[in-house]
Amino acid sequence: MEDFWAGAFWALKIWLYLIISLIMVPAMFGFSLGISETYMTILVKTLEWATLKIQRAHADEQTLKASSSNGLIQREDGSMEKELEELRRSRPKPPVGGDFTLSDCFYFSRRGIESIVEDEVTQRFTSEELVSWNLLTRTNNYFHYISLRLTLVYGLGIFVRYCILAPLRITLACIGLSWLVMGTSAVGLLPNWRIKSWLSEWVHVICYRICARGLSAAIRYHNRENKPKKGGICVANHTSPIDIVILCNDGGYAMVGQVHGGLMGVIQRAMVRSCPHIWFERAEMRDRHLVTKRLTDHVNDKTKLPILIFPEGTCVNNTSVMMFKKGSFEIGATIYPVAIKYDPKFGDAFWNSSKYSMVNYLLRMMTSWALVCNVWYLPAMHQQEGEDAVQFANRVKSAIAHQGGLIDLQWDGGLKRAKVKETFKEQEQKKYSSMVVGDDSSSNSDG
Amino acid sequence: MGSRASTLLREEEIEEIKKETGFSHSQITRLYSRFTSLDKGENGTLSREDFQRIPELAINPLGDRIINAFFPEGEDQVNFRGFMQTLAHFRPIEDNEKSKNPTASEPLNSRTNKLLFAFRLYDLDRDDKISRDELLQVLRMMVGVNISDEQLGSIADRTIQEADTNGDNSISFNEFIKVLEKVDVEQKMSIRFLH
Repeated sequence: MEDFWAGAFWALKIWLYLIISLIMVPAMFGFSLGISETYMTILVKTLEWATLKIQRAHADEQTLKASSSNGLIQREDGSMEKELEELRRSRPKPPVGGDFTLSDCFYFSRRGIESIVEDEVTQRFTSEELVSWNLLTRTNNYFHYISLRLTLVYGLGIFVRYCILAPLRITLACIGLSWLVMGTSAVGLLPNWRIKSWLSEWVHVICYRICARGLSAAIRYHNRENKPKKGGICVANHTSPIDIVILCNDGGYAMVGQVHGGLMGVIQRAMVRSCPHIWFERAEMRDRHLVTKRLTDHVNDKTKLPILIFPEGTCVNNTSVMMFKKGSFEIGATIYPVAIKYDPKFGDAFWNSSKYSMVNYLLRMMTSWALVCNVWYLPAMHQQEGEDAVQFANRVKSAIAHQGGLIDLQWDGGLKRAKVKETFKEQEQKKYSSMVVGDDSSSNSDG
Repeated sequence: MGSRASTLLREEEIEEIKKETGFSHSQITRLYSRFTSLDKGENGTLSREDFQRIPELAINPLGDRIINAFFPEGEDQVNFRGFMQTLAHFRPIEDNEKSKNPTASEPLNSRTNKLLFAFRLYDLDRDDKISRDELLQVLRMMVGVNISDEQLGSIADRTIQEADTNGDNSISFNEFIKVLEKVDVEQKMSIRFLH
């Protein structure tokens, strides 16, 4: 019996030494031993092979791969005016009174049914649908048994992911987080010498690098000459809490957020000891002036790190960018936009907070194949003359969407939980009314 | 495990829906996936709130009437069969269906059935007549607060006057069809489904 425990302890020691030497040390000093690269190459080859096999089996459904969009219907993109004009073509316009026909409802019914079948908003709050299966249990919606070899590879994949990769990653994550807490607290004890901020950045980056290894993250940074500088605000599209790990792997940022309890609270308090972050109490968040003031103060102090903000306010599924809240764009600071795009083949990074808790989500991340993403640093943007905060926010949003290959939506990410405002319906009604009675004000304008 | 959409829908059901509505196998499975994603209560049926959660539908002036079209008289839940039957009205009319056996029952997406869908949007109490009052109410839904009662009233009066042929001051389904005989219903009330 004791031999068993001695043997287990010895195995555990070897395991830890291996991890430290092969993964942690390279992570700390920023070089790579090539292990993860080999893993990724094998993974990519396997997934390509699997895709080919599935495609050959579903030869009759080739047409659906050919369609560029994965959509279910083809929408007519005509405006309300154009569609209603066409509907009314069959009758002459009445001289007085309103221009209404019984067929006007056709336009609204078709738009309504189109949105029931497929709408732009609700699909952003669930994971992106894959065109081809990536050998993960959780994405297996439409794919049935195809061949013995495929099933074997799939079974092997489960074993590798759950029994080898997951424990490794969990160990790394734990090491990374405890290092963060201890390291930042230790740095916090030092007096305010210049070396303190350098050390603090170093500690933060190491911890995030370890966490990134803990998720098997393969990150490519583009245009690093545009990296956010001190005294600015970095804005990015939001897909999951892991975005923070991804961005902080390449530099230090000051975080903004709500004070949490529990483990998150411990981490937050530790981080703030070594360098300034902005944590708000829940009640303070509602006070817009207080929030703006604290952000402005931080930004004006040129020695402090750039603030990292996700203006969408909620996690979206990385196929689109939703409305940016204007708060961070009113401060007048330099905005550094960043676009983050995950590759869904290797794992779904989106955190569906209404479906999965944080712990559940992290476990799912650790049992995916890997986390592959691209980060583009965009050139800095400033608010222009005569541009208000909302227009500025939309301009930044379009730039990010364009770079990341995401769809630019005007809808509010808050629609995940809240109802849409009545004003939008009233706008539609107003538009229709002007088609019925005509716009009195426009009868005078001549261009 | 992720959504088991296709496994919860049995093959026999898919075949029946295929015969009834004319959708293809893959369209039915994808629409079932959409149905389950809208079904937040996960009880196999949709309620009116489930539809209201779609923002684009919530801002549609006739949103409530369209949602109502899914629910049979007096019921508050619609199952997948009912969902598909209502959606089937918007399938495009294919040429080979026009030359079908005339004694077979009319397909759900025929011109007459499409017009019936629109008729029912106006006919609030389902008595097969559009009265002046009902027309006024639907008009009010479409224009909101932007048109006065008097003007709306005169629009309603004129519409009924033009359509009413038997002088009962309301529009029956046949009168409705007659008024809209020149409108390209097939194209305007159809949605192109892919796959």
